[in-house]
Order: sequence, then C-alpha cells, then structure tokens
Amino acid sequence: MKKTRTSPVEKIDLRGATDAELERISSERLLALNLREMKELQRYYVSRGRPATDVELECIAQTWSEHCKHKVFNGITRFVENGREELIDNLFLNTIVRATEDVRRARGKRDICVSVFRDNAGVIRFDSRYNLAFKVETHNHPSALDPYGGANTGIGGVIRDPLGTGLGAKPVFCTDVFCFAAPDFPHEKLPKGVLHPKRICKGVVAGVRDYGNKMGIPTVNGSVQFDRRYLGNPIVYCGTGGLIPRDRCVKRARPGDLVVAIGGRTGRDGIHGATFASLELDDESEVTSSSAVQIGNPIEEKKMLDVILQARGEKLYNSITDCGAGGFSSAVGEMGQNIGAELRLERAPLKYGGLLPWEILLSEAQERMILAVPPENLDRFMELCRADDVEATVIGKFKDDKKFSIFYKNSRVGELDMDFLHRGVPRIERRAVWKKPAFKEPVFPAPSNLNPYLHRALSWWDVASKEWVVRQYDHEVQGGCVLKPLQGAENDGPGDAAVLAPVLGATHGFAVSHGISIRYGDIDPYHMAASAIDEALRGAAAVGADPDRTAILDNFAWGNPDKPDRLGALVRAARACRDVAATFLTPFISGKDSFYNEFTIGNRSIAVPPTLLISAVGLIDDVRRCVSMDAKEPGNPVYVLGRTYDETGGSVYFRVRGYTGNKVPRVRARIAKEQMLALHRAINEGTVRACHDVSDGGLAVAFAEMAFAGGFGMTINSGKIPRDPLVTRNDTLLFSESNSRFVIEVDRKKEKRFREITAGLQCRKVGTVTAGGELIVLGLEAKPVIRAKLDSLKSSWKKPLGW
Amino acid sequence: MLSGRPKVLVLRTAGTNCDAETAHACSAAGGDVEILHVNRFIRGERKLDDFHFLVIPGGFSYGDDVSAGRILANEIRFKLGGQLASFVGGGKPVLGICNGFQVLVKTGLLPGAFRTSAAKRRQTHGSPRPSQQATLFNNDSGRFECRWVYLRRAENTRCIFTNGLPEMIQLPVAHGEGKVMFDSEETKNQVIENGQAVFRYTDEKGRAAAGYPCNPNGSDDDIAGMCDPTGLIFGLMPHPERHVFTYQHPRWTRGEAGGGIHGDGFPVFRSAIVYAKRNL
Repeated sequence: MKKTRTSPVEKIDLRGATDAELERISSERLLALNLREMKELQRYYVSRGRPATDVELECIAQTWSEHCKHKVFNGITRFVENGREELIDNLFLNTIVRATEDVRRARGKRDICVSVFRDNAGVIRFDSRYNLAFKVETHNHPSALDPYGGANTGIGGVIRDPLGTGLGAKPVFCTDVFCFAAPDFPHEKLPKGVLHPKRICKGVVAGVRDYGNKMGIPTVNGSVQFDRRYLGNPIVYCGTGGLIPRDRCVKRARPGDLVVAIGGRTGRDGIHGATFASLELDDESEVTSSSAVQIGNPIEEKKMLDVILQARGEKLYNSITDCGAGGFSSAVGEMGQNIGAELRLERAPLKYGGLLPWEILLSEAQERMILAVPPENLDRFMELCRADDVEATVIGKFKDDKKFSIFYKNSRVGELDMDFLHRGVPRIERRAVWKKPAFKEPVFPAPSNLNPYLHRALSWWDVASKEWVVRQYDHEVQGGCVLKPLQGAENDGPGDAAVLAPVLGATHGFAVSHGISIRYGDIDPYHMAASAIDEALRGAAAVGADPDRTAILDNFAWGNPDKPDRLGALVRAARACRDVAATFLTPFISGKDSFYNEFTIGNRSIAVPPTLLISAVGLIDDVRRCVSMDAKEPGNPVYVLGRTYDETGGSVYFRVRGYTGNKVPRVRARIAKEQMLALHRAINEGTVRACHDVSDGGLAVAFAEMAFAGGFGMTINSGKIPRDPLVTRNDTLLFSESNSRFVIEVDRKKEKRFREITAGLQCRKVGTVTAGGELIVLGLEAKPVIRAKLDSLKSSWKKPLGW
Repeated sequence: MLSGRPKVLVLRTAGTNCDAETAHACSAAGGDVEILHVNRFIRGERKLDDFHFLVIPGGFSYGDDVSAGRILANEIRFKLGGQLASFVGGGKPVLGICNGFQVLVKTGLLPGAFRTSAAKRRQTHGSPRPSQQATLFNNDSGRFECRWVYLRRAENTRCIFTNGLPEMIQLPVAHGEGKVMFDSEETKNQVIENGQAVFRYTDEKGRAAAGYPCNPNGSDDDIAGMCDPTGLIFGLMPHPERHVFTYQHPRWTRGEAGGGIHGDGFPVFRSAIVYAKRNL
C-alpha cells in the first residue's frame, strides 16, 4: 500500500492493500467499517483505477455507518430459537414496516399516515390545515462523555428533524426520556472513566432544559428510568413534534437548485459523531472521542427556525434537511442522492481557520441546515436571512449527473457515484440467538400488611416523582398545553399523557405519551416491547385520545449486535412490535435504533438492558373533554377496567423485594383495544372524572397516586377487582403489573351510562372517592391490607428525587 | 377616539419565543397585530410611531447573554431611544412580559422616573436617558422553574392593563431570572406607595406568599409586576398570554377555571386595546 501526501488532501491507495492493511486503515481513521465493507471499497477503487482521497473515505464511512444506514435492522439475520434456525432477510421490513403496511391497508380511508419511515420525521394527518410530524432520537454516547453538551445537542438535533421534514414543520412540543444508573450508586465503586450517575442525571437535565427552553418549545412528556447497567452508557431520548401545512409535506431538490447552508458556522466540533455512535465505549473514550461531542447554541437555532418558517411561507425552496450525523456530507449526499450534487467546501463559513477539507465535509457542528434554493429565489431568501441576522451561504449546486462531486479551492477532492455511496454498502449477515432465561421463582408468604411495600414502591426510583425535572422545563410556552405533565389539586400528580391544542383558539389537539418497560426485558424482550406499546397507547387513551387515531414511534437502544444474544433479544422485541401494533391497528410512523451501547470495564463489556421506547401521539377532537388522573370528588365511584393476572415478574414489587421472577406481563391486544375504545367513548360522553393508567407498581401505586394527586381519600374493596382466578394473594393483586388496566373515577350522576358503555368488558366498581385523607384498601379477606395517610404516601413518592 | 383596530407591535429579536401566542392574545383582544424584528426599526424600515401598543414578549433575547434582557435593553436605549421616548411620550401603552419585563427594567423605563407626568416627559423627549433603578436577578432556587402562581392586584394601582381583572388571578411563570430587586429601600417604598407594584405573589387564599414556592423567585415584597408612574408602561414576570382560555388553567379539569371562555390573562390585553381605542 502506498501513501502519498499532497496537502491538504491525503490520497490513500486501497488497491493493493492486504486484508490486514484494510482493517488497519479502518481502525486508524476511526472509519468503523468492517473488512467486508473495506473490500467493497477496494473493489470500487480498483474499478475506478485510482487511489481514494481522505474526503471520499470519510464520506463513505459516515454514509455507511450503522448510525445512518441501520445495517443491523436491514441486514440478514440467522436467528436461532429453541434449536431452530431461521433466516430473516431484513428484520426491519419484516416487522415494523410490515405491521405499518398492514395497518394502513386495513384502515383504508381512515388511515392517518402521510409519510412514514421516509423523511426526518414521521407525518400523520392532524386537521384540515396541518399535518403532525414527530421524531424521537437518541444521543447516548455524547451524553456519557459530556452530559450537558451531549443532551444539549441531542435536543437541538431532534428539533431540526421535524424542521427538516417535508418543507419544514414548526416544532410545538418536545419529549425526553432518560435512563441512568441509580443516583445513590456508591462513589467508591465507580469504574475508571465513568461519571457518577447523579452528575450525569443533573447534566443531562440541564442540557435539555437550556436548549428546549431557549428554543421556546414546551417539553411536555417524559420519564427517567434507572438500572445499574446504564452506569457507563446512559440513554438519552429526545423527541420533537411539529405542525406542517398540508401542502408543504413533499420535498424534492431539483437539478440547478443551489445548495444553501444556513445557520451556524462549521467547526471542528462533532467530527466522527456518526461513526463514534457505532463503536462501544471504554475508559479511553473521553480522550479519543471528545471531538465527537458538539457544542450547542440554541439561539442560533431559534434564529434559523424563524427564517426557515418565513421562507417556507413564501415557498422559496424545494427541499430542506438538517445537518445531523455526517454534517454536509450526509445532508447534501441524501438530498442529491437521485440527481447529483456538487460542493465547494472552501465556501462554507468556518468558525476558525485550519480545517482540512474532509473535516469541513464531516463536521457535525450544530445549528446548520441545508436548503435547495432555486437561483431565482436566492435574493429574496438572502434578504430574509439578513433581516434576522442569520448567515446563509451558497456552497454548491444540485446536478443531474448522479455524482457527488466535492471541490476545495478549485481542485476536485472527491467524486463518488451516488448509487455506490447510497446503495453500495454490502449487507451483513449476523447470528442471533434467543434462549429464554430462567430466574428463580420467589417463594415467600403473602404479607398481611402491605403499607411498607406501597411506600417502598412509591419511593422506587422509576416510580418516584420527577417534579424536580419537569419544573425545570417550560411546558407552557406557545400556550398550547392543555393537560400538563403535572396534574391535580397541587399541580404535582403524575399525568399519563400531556394534551396540546397547538392551534391557538381551536379546541382540537392531541395527546403525547410514551411507554418503556425495561424491567421486563431480562425475562423476555418480546413482552417488554409489547408492554411498552401497551403503556404508550393506554397513556394516550387515559386522557381521552382516540385509540383509532393514534400513531407510535420506536426507539431501540441496544448493546453490540455482533453478539448473538443481544441480536436475539432484538429479534424478539421487533416481532412483538409487529404482532402488537398489527392487532391494535396502530401504525409506526418513524423510529431510530442505537446500537453498541456497551461499556468496557476491565475486560468485561456491559451492555445496557434491551431498551425500547415507544412514543405515541393520539388525536383528540375536543381537548375540553379530556380528563386528568387526580381524584376529583368524594362520593364518586371508582372502577377498575382491565383484568389483573399473576404477572409480578420484573415488577417493582419484586424488585423492591430483590427478585426478578418469570411471570412477565403480557399484552392481550385484541381485548386491550376494545377496552381502550370503550374508555374513549366513556370519556367523550363525559362520564369519567378521572382516569389513571396502571403501570409501575400496579394498582396499589395507581390508587395512591390518584388519591394524593386529588387530595381525596379512597376506599377500595380488592375482592371486586376483575382478576384471573390464579390471582389469590393480595400482594399479587395489588402489585401485579398486568397491562391494559385503568383506574377510573366515574361521575356518579352518569354512572349508569358508564356501565352501559363498558358492559361486557372486564370493568367493575371497586370502591369510592372519600373526603378523608386516607387510602384504605381492603384485601380479599375484607380486612385492610393498606391503610395510609395521603400525606405520608405523597412524601414517600416525592422524597427520592426532591433535589 | 381611534377608529378601527388599534395597531399592535409585538417586537421580536433573536431568541424571542413567546411572540406567536402574545400576538394571538392581542389579536383575540381586538388588536391589529404585526410581529416584527427589532432590526426593522434599527434599520429605519419601520417606525414605532406607526403603532398604538407595543409589546415585548417573553423568550431569551440574545440568549440572555450578559444578563436577562440586557442586550435588547441596550439596543432599545441606544438605537431606538428617541423613537421609544416619542412613543411613550405620546401616551401609548407598553407591555413587557417575562423577558420583555426584564428588558423594560433594564432600559430604566420601569419602575421609571417618579412624579413625572406623561406631559412632562413629552417635553424631555428622548433625553436624558432613564437610569436603571431595579433589576431581575437569579431566582433564589438557583434554577429555571415553570409553575402556576397566584397574584393579587394592588388596590391603589394606576396600571391601565388591569382594568376588568378580578383582585386575584392565576398565571404561569417560567423563568430563571425573575427576582425583583431595587437599588434602594426608598425606591421600593416609592414603587409601592405610588401604586406601581401592580401584582404581588400570594398563596392560594390571597395571603402573603411567605416564601417559596408561592413566591417562586424570592422577589422583594413578593412583587411580580410593576408599572411606571403613568400606569401606561407595565411589565410582569408571569405570562398572561398563556392564560387566554380557561382550558389553559392547570386545574380546569377540577372545575377551578371558571365557566367562561377567557382566562385571567385575557383582560390584560383587552384593557390595553380598549385604552388605545379610547385615548389615542
């Protein structure tokens, strides 16, 4: 292999390289390409009869990165379960896409999808003027190295997704879900190169806060989950939804359009972000990869947003996308993939001098977007930019030669066939294995007094109040938030979903909710995924969203897919997505996967638990009919909708007691959907005063939260709770985390109608709201098993994260 | 008396982010609203005098670099000082919400020179520049917070924006730098005696806030909003534009938002529009 150095572009001759040399080039240059991919590159350059340039190699490496190409989901998987081997040709198409296609077909004219899996965000119909775009992203590795900066740019990046969808959606809400190790992790046990989880937690919260608040986008929904395995690799999900006029949903750059870069300048921050996301972390990552973390400036992004929305109104451009992973390379390469594009790197405005051409091309400096502006609109576009002090520069043009040509100071520094760049990546075959683990089934006598367990469940990190986080986010800006994240008499109860009416003055809107069921994944990722979908859907249904007009997003955060057990778990989870979404008739509209979430301590690699976040948006005709989760009025009857099974495996109750168990909650999707539709009708007809979905901690926690949020007591007779005959113990009944259940306070004046609507379902009156300040739960033997003052329950719930 | 809808300017700049809902509130209240960038005025493309009512909305103007509202305040003082003095001298109402309040305080327009009538100010048109007598400092909690607060209107207020408001109202706050502080006890006492301390944070029964969280930021004397001696310039940390409809109230599902259409923030805008119609 020969290396010739002609500044500032390096030529790398792959043509004669041995396998070992190819692998060395990949690893030395942080290309994160495997041998098969390097050989494919070699073949390309042999056929071209010339050496590669560093610009080209970097461009290909990021375009082919896992982060951009989703090679795991789209690859070939040999899946082994119970000794049976099966070949899965493209897991993504066979599960998530398949389910969505089936749902859309089944729904026919009532299909709400507009654009799925294609653009930067998924798009559904909202009203006669607007569609709704929604995207959720992860920003994990940067947040491990620099919690504030990583999370800051995480939210900044996902805001640009709806903004770069169609011809630009105006962001109207943000969501965030974080996974950390518990904040009480002993300092002395902290491995080398790892920040303490409390520091990561505070940094991430502050990073999202400072960016979201300054952008003026309300953060309305989210959660924080805890597991020890997130110690070296936290998971940070950020989502953004926006409204887009119905006639601005299609984008297409045309040959002759100018490539216009708008927003922030290009610098050396965020180089190799896409490839960095495709490697595991270790204690050297902070040193080797800190240039992969970008620096955020929300005001720069807000200025850009203001200008883009004006230019969108005047129809000044044909296409737009954000510079995320891979920077200009990815943005221009994707916009021009069917036509061709030419870039002049020296024209890009830089933060400072000294950047090499490939660094300009690959930089992931924040707050930049690319637009395709027809030459005749350029003057007007530039005028808008100047008026708002926004920098915009023509850095190239779209062509019709199907090539990606890159120039630097009049010399050609790269030329790649678009087809090879975008479709040349070889498909990888991986092995996946799934073996059902057997945990010890705990055996212990049923306690006669469940008070201490209820307190401990309420104080469990996952359950405890997240008010400390929520209050730091402006959830009221834009004036659209109708049901807030915190609800109840003292504005501190945990809402199941937020409701927005983003068109001011109009009363239609949508609910935003999510589901994440990490604790079940160790037992079976299939039921973990199914439970996450159910949780997201029942959150939206609990406030009154229409279950027939709800869409979901998937976000997988997984370990290293080259390890067959990790990939086996993924296959299980993806299949659950297919099965459950198809039965619920709920489409997936967008998603994202993040792999290599592992951290090496010594010689042991620790993967994060299989983590699937499902985010949901559900449409609402009249937000004034929505209900919150807090108990409203003494004397009203309390109902439970949905049957309780012996499903304590992975539950908070078992975890509190130090067990995992095996009886993981399942989803009976057909019945669940029927129940949600009935609930929707009951809410719509005004028979429901309060509704709370039953999740972590089971019915006991749901009753307690509803009571203390409303400031009213409850008396519950457990014997009335709809239950499977196998449920014979009070602790199982009250702490099982069976899916698809709701606690409902019914307006006593409309109880008859409520009963008519729910006739034939697993729905029974179990007690009443009381004026006293106590939660009293009578067990199956009609003796109190829980008797607790609301103040003390609330304080157990508020204390752990009351920082 | 003005015929037609009063012209309202919602002034924005880099980092302004409550402009759309503020414009909506003004429009719902009967104004003819434009949202315009401050550059348009600095470059002379538009004039403040074309408008009857100026609103500086919330947000993080210029990222709140240096301190909240400082840079926009300086731009207004040094680049639009004359235009603004003429606007104010003409007896036209000015409203600053959250970041806009911070701007008005940092320009020195709030609490403003004492015992100076609008007529007198008209004579001193443009100079001398008012000096700053108060500030909005970091919340005592040390962090940005979003929560709903109870507010009591001062009985002796001369603020033209609070006509038609009940004595007690509820609005949300969302800020990190909202603590009202004065340069001296004397200024504070004058502000209070003069009826310029328009809103005070209280508890849910209307009693003194008695600290956090009812007083969310540690403001002196629980002051949440102030007007100038004429009552025409008004600034407040809470966001009236976020409570224009009853269903924006955090406990409307508990029947605590009243039965009407409009929330507590609406009359703030309505009063200014009515004032402009009658007096300009």
